[in-house]
Amino acid sequence: MKEYQTITEISGPLVYAEVDEAIGYDEIVEIETAQGETLRGQVLESSEDVVAIQVFEGTSGIDRDASVRFLGETMKMPVTEDLLGRVLDGSGRPIDDGPEIVPEERQDIVGAAINPYSREYPEEFIETGVSAIDGMNTLVRGQKLPIFSSSGQPHSELAMQIARQASVPEEEEGGDDEEGSEFAVIFGAMGITQEEANEFMEDFERTGALERSVVFMNLADDPAVERTVTPRMVLTTAEYLAFEKDYHVLVILTDMTNYCEALREIGAAREEVPGRRGYPGYMYTDLAQLYERAGRIKGRDGSVTQIPILTMPGDDDTHPIPDLTGYITEGQIYVDPDLNSQGLQPPINVLPSLSRLMDDGIGEGLTRADHADVKDQMFAAYAEGEDLRDLVNIVGREALSELDNKYLDFADAFESEFIDQGFETNRDIDETLSIGWDLLSMLPKDALNRIDEEFIEEHYREDESEREVLEAAD
Amino acid sequence: MSKADTTDAETDNGVIQSVSGPVVTARDLNARMNDVVYVGDEGLMGEVIEIEGDLTTVQVYEETSGVGPGEPVENTGEPLSVDLGPGMLDAIYDGVQRPLDVLEGKMGSPYLDRGVDAPGIDLEEEWEFEPEVEAGDVVEPGDIVGVVEETVTIDHKVMVPPDYEGGEVVAAEAGSFDVTETVVELDNGEEVSMHQEWPVREARPANDKKTPRTPLVSGQRILDGLFPIAKGGTAAIPGPFGSGKTVTQHQLAKYADADIIVYVGCGERGNEMTEVIEDFPELEDPANGNPLMARTSLIANTSNMPVAARESCIYTGITIAEYYRDMGYDVALMADSTSRWAEAMREISSRLEEMPGEEGYPAYLAARLAQFYERAGYFENINGTEGSVSAIGAVSPPGGDFSEPVTQNTLRIVKTFWALDADLAERRHFPSINWNESYSLYKDQLDPWFEDEVADDWAERRQWAVDVLDEETELQEIVQLVGKDALPDDQQLTLEVARYLREAYLQQNAFHPVDTFCPPEKTYLMLTTIQTFNDEAFDALDAGVPVEEIIDIDSAPRINRIGVQEDYEEYVEDLKAEITEELRNLY
Repeated sequence: MKEYQTITEISGPLVYAEVDEAIGYDEIVEIETAQGETLRGQVLESSEDVVAIQVFEGTSGIDRDASVRFLGETMKMPVTEDLLGRVLDGSGRPIDDGPEIVPEERQDIVGAAINPYSREYPEEFIETGVSAIDGMNTLVRGQKLPIFSSSGQPHSELAMQIARQASVPEEEEGGDDEEGSEFAVIFGAMGITQEEANEFMEDFERTGALERSVVFMNLADDPAVERTVTPRMVLTTAEYLAFEKDYHVLVILTDMTNYCEALREIGAAREEVPGRRGYPGYMYTDLAQLYERAGRIKGRDGSVTQIPILTMPGDDDTHPIPDLTGYITEGQIYVDPDLNSQGLQPPINVLPSLSRLMDDGIGEGLTRADHADVKDQMFAAYAEGEDLRDLVNIVGREALSELDNKYLDFADAFESEFIDQGFETNRDIDETLSIGWDLLSMLPKDALNRIDEEFIEEHYREDESEREVLEAAD
Repeated sequence: MSKADTTDAETDNGVIQSVSGPVVTARDLNARMNDVVYVGDEGLMGEVIEIEGDLTTVQVYEETSGVGPGEPVENTGEPLSVDLGPGMLDAIYDGVQRPLDVLEGKMGSPYLDRGVDAPGIDLEEEWEFEPEVEAGDVVEPGDIVGVVEETVTIDHKVMVPPDYEGGEVVAAEAGSFDVTETVVELDNGEEVSMHQEWPVREARPANDKKTPRTPLVSGQRILDGLFPIAKGGTAAIPGPFGSGKTVTQHQLAKYADADIIVYVGCGERGNEMTEVIEDFPELEDPANGNPLMARTSLIANTSNMPVAARESCIYTGITIAEYYRDMGYDVALMADSTSRWAEAMREISSRLEEMPGEEGYPAYLAARLAQFYERAGYFENINGTEGSVSAIGAVSPPGGDFSEPVTQNTLRIVKTFWALDADLAERRHFPSINWNESYSLYKDQLDPWFEDEVADDWAERRQWAVDVLDEETELQEIVQLVGKDALPDDQQLTLEVARYLREAYLQQNAFHPVDTFCPPEKTYLMLTTIQTFNDEAFDALDAGVPVEEIIDIDSAPRINRIGVQEDYEEYVEDLKAEITEELRNLY
């Protein structure tokens, strides 16, 4: 392996070096500084005599005399089932004082695209125990469903709740089935604070979830450029566990905003023509290469489900990061600052939230036959109630019709009973739908225009005493 | 695309000088613009996009990790072309027409490997050829010389390639042939096989483009009823994420009354394409009950597949569409989404360090969009048949802002605009097409068809519905300020009528087995029912019946259930009679 001491330019996270042999695009590089420190990087651009290298740890300490070694291969992740229970840094090196990891395989972290023909369409309901998700925006195995949040919101609590409670109903039934696929959580932290990281770790340890988890930690004070590899390490591990070892893997990536900032930093250092708000023009493609690694594959038992978390700068969902994400992922869950300040737990705003794969994942045999209709009706009724709230501020409740007042009551009850369940409560789908019916029964029967008459017959509570979940007295 | 024979001249080939993502620069490569080349030791497919001095810039259709300077670049001397022939229906391709099912087999992995190539149509499969010419007939370029049954639904017409000279038929025999074998011989030595190749960036020739006068009936009430598109027309569906672009495109692909559907998934989600692949073979073609895939060709270049292939997939799709048009078929092409296509252009343009236009898009964005939509239309083909290509492009504007370049440049070209609306989607009003913003410039030229085929007062009724909805929009602004009860009775009644228009007529449940497809007759009857309610209700109001009583009648809410009725004719008859009776009994 040839060593070069030919660095010509150092700029931000980039190092340019002259070479006299062919260097492959994306190849891994080691740079040894005069102090004997070894830094790692990746080839961003390769031409006959000069290569551009992006250094993960940052370029401080590198001088013209630093030696550059090209390892002749692209970045790999050592994978093995033994990774479960381990804590790694953002580049995949263990930081938990555990034994050395003996990899079964070393896999390319870029990951080839799954052939759309080889995919299996996701339609198995994942019960998260959160009514706002299960009832209104159902998550299915193999889906990528991000949480759109903003600074200061309890998105981490929500993610932890999902990671803790997520289960697939059929597994519960066939509990003695040893062959059944196991659940694993892979947690990828990118640029989050030590405190946030501790919260996750404590929760993992408290609930015993760490045993079935792999944790990748790139903290706020770790090198920003490393953040561009962390999610690829995470997803490579996820694919290995899912498609070679039959695990149902839930991947939580937080915070995607930090990842995109790192992309922008590299783009700026390379003096690329920027796209919107200075983010690189290829950010859509880059994000797609991460998010599209969720899914199911024909003939394989496992699945990769992704819940990326992103904090929207200025709570603005037209910002390029949430915008491009929303175009790639299969829906989104909005965490709403207003609902949060009202004390709702979890503060999910169901109206702009969406799960695109929901319609095929619910219904008879999957959840319950009336699920789709109940969901549609609740969306319509809650939207109606929300609209009326604006009006009430102007004209007062007395000026509204009796029906309008019922919609207002519905909207209030929907938030306090259906949404606000607390971060520790785990509701099964029957309970969620029963609460739905309790609430819908606040409205007159003929206002339920989206529900099949048969279901109204079966579930509509003629008077409050029939309520199944909510107390009749309130 | 099949691996074309590479040129013999070794001197035409070059070596890689630099690599940056999908853009590779080669030295000493002797190639023309847009020639296909094979890059590197693995032979990755690419296309020449810039020539400067002895440097040639190539966009590579595959991932370039690990490719380095010094590796060879091989020239094919041919532009990017598609294989045309029987076998394109019921197939699923990537952006450069490699069949994904064949790739899966060849790669032996669910992941897309690099450097694997496969022809767009199976070169070995044999088809039963039935000639339509005999020795002595004179044929010209484009003429149909025979037929093979491609699928249960579609007879594939074998044509003389447009770049042939034509002449007298020497031999034409029925029998079983593969696509490379000669089926018709001409006296000038030209041999016609079932296989043609055509460069994707070039429109196939036609005699004449005509004014389209037949609607592409979609079975979607808001489209057929308010904003119809013609066979041979162009339409854009812009909308922010989550507003239902893809569901609308899928509905069109399932129920539009075109002969052939070409569905291009351009830079979209993998799972969505999988849904199409899994659903379509099981769905029935509403026209004849055959599997839907029998009339469908799918092109799936998902967002994580190489960006250069995303740039080409739109062209691959429209070339296949034109080929079936030449046979005299009505083809509908859905492109989901043209924004991803534009972004692919932007990405490559920025790697070339071209001077950017608006929002970083290349200056030629508008020209490329126009070229694409111009390939749609109602044509008289060179063989005298008539066929059409309808192009329906989804647009994904960043932040849902329609003032961005892709939406604006598209709107300058297309004649139908279906504006998707996030507010409607949020309240689960689907399809969430905004009736105030959308338009169709085909309305007038299509009205005669609807009046002949459905009902002679089709246009009047539509106008009535539009007027009521317009009035509602104005009234809603007042309601926002003072509340509904402050309005006079007649306006309250108008709001009620408009509500039925919105909830029953404009909303349609794509996931309900009956409601998902609504024939124009049913669309019409539903509108007449609402109008019956309107007329009778206003009569009652004039007779002094309070508006609360009118609104409260039992039968009216049943209007909302017309959509899910299979025997809608009887249901509508009964309902109209009941509404009339109930309202008349009030005074």
